[in-house]
Amino acid sequence: METTITLEVQRYLPEKDTEPYFQEYKVPLRKKWVVLDALNYIKDNIDGTLSYRWSCRMGVCGSCGMMVNDKPVLTCATFLEECLPGPIRVAPLSYFDVIRDLVVNTDGFMDKLKRVKPWLITDQVKPVPEGEYRQTPEQKAEYDQYSMCINCMLCYAACPVAGLEPEFVGPAAIALAQRYNYDSRDEGRKQRNEELLGEGGIYSCTLVGECSEVCPKAVDPAGAIQRYKVSGAAEWWKSVVVPWGDT
Amino acid sequence: MANKKNNDPFWWTLFGAGGTISAFFIPIHVALIGIAIPLGWFAMPDYEGLVELARHPLSRIYLFALISLSLFHWAHRFRFTLYDGLQLKHLEQYIVVFCYGSAIVGTVIGLIFVLSI
Repeated sequence: METTITLEVQRYLPEKDTEPYFQEYKVPLRKKWVVLDALNYIKDNIDGTLSYRWSCRMGVCGSCGMMVNDKPVLTCATFLEECLPGPIRVAPLSYFDVIRDLVVNTDGFMDKLKRVKPWLITDQVKPVPEGEYRQTPEQKAEYDQYSMCINCMLCYAACPVAGLEPEFVGPAAIALAQRYNYDSRDEGRKQRNEELLGEGGIYSCTLVGECSEVCPKAVDPAGAIQRYKVSGAAEWWKSVVVPWGDT
Repeated sequence: MANKKNNDPFWWTLFGAGGTISAFFIPIHVALIGIAIPLGWFAMPDYEGLVELARHPLSRIYLFALISLSLFHWAHRFRFTLYDGLQLKHLEQYIVVFCYGSAIVGTVIGLIFVLSI
């Protein structure tokens, strides 16, 4: 007989539940099965009403992030065998509002992302006939690490400051701001500073460091924020000492 | 929204400077005065010599920076400990005045101290 493992999955159906609760499911314990495979097994074979997000199954799309045994992880990259002997507790990402079962509301995060303008900003757009914006491998290496972010929001579920202060822009958005700040083709740093040097910006971070611990892509958002604090402070002092200067 | 300007870059600079200077130099003071000299690894320096060393302008600047910046380091960290640890962010104004105010008072006392050695 096949061995099984128990999953305790947080359920919440807003049309009939007043509060979330945990429901137990027994699934086959198969080698090379990840937590997402177990959820798919439940959905296909035991309980079709279970809702959760997923897409690529290979750590690229960033949509299957959940709390597994109280840790924010990508369920497509967390093997059942890592969680022995079970039960495995699966819950929606911490600090987010739950829409249904394991599906969280990402509106707040999306809004924060937009506010840091994570796209190339140039003062003047070069006409197409003048060719592309060229970059050396060294210039690309400056921001490469921060460009690995897949917006999975695990860092928001790990950051106690993001949990306590909803207005805090948060790790991934700041790392993405830095991805463009460090891009040799970009000229938008000043605009991003307006969002990030003030209330709820980089200085709300107390360097807990959990964002970098849980990041599945080794983006190191904590490092990105620390670098921003240093350059932001330098720019602030410059604006005080040389108020007429262009900072 | 995040675009409300504040003085956090200023306080953070003092916090960072205080953390760096105290992390580097306070262990040296503890090791020398708290461990090495009591254990007899070094001879006890004579009082007059120490006073003379402390009166040197560079020593005064060093002692003042060490005292003042360490206090600002404490103030900034304690401010956020009260915000997040004890979840007292709603008392923000009082906490800011208490933390940085204490560091400023300590800085003034420190200045008087180093000038009166």
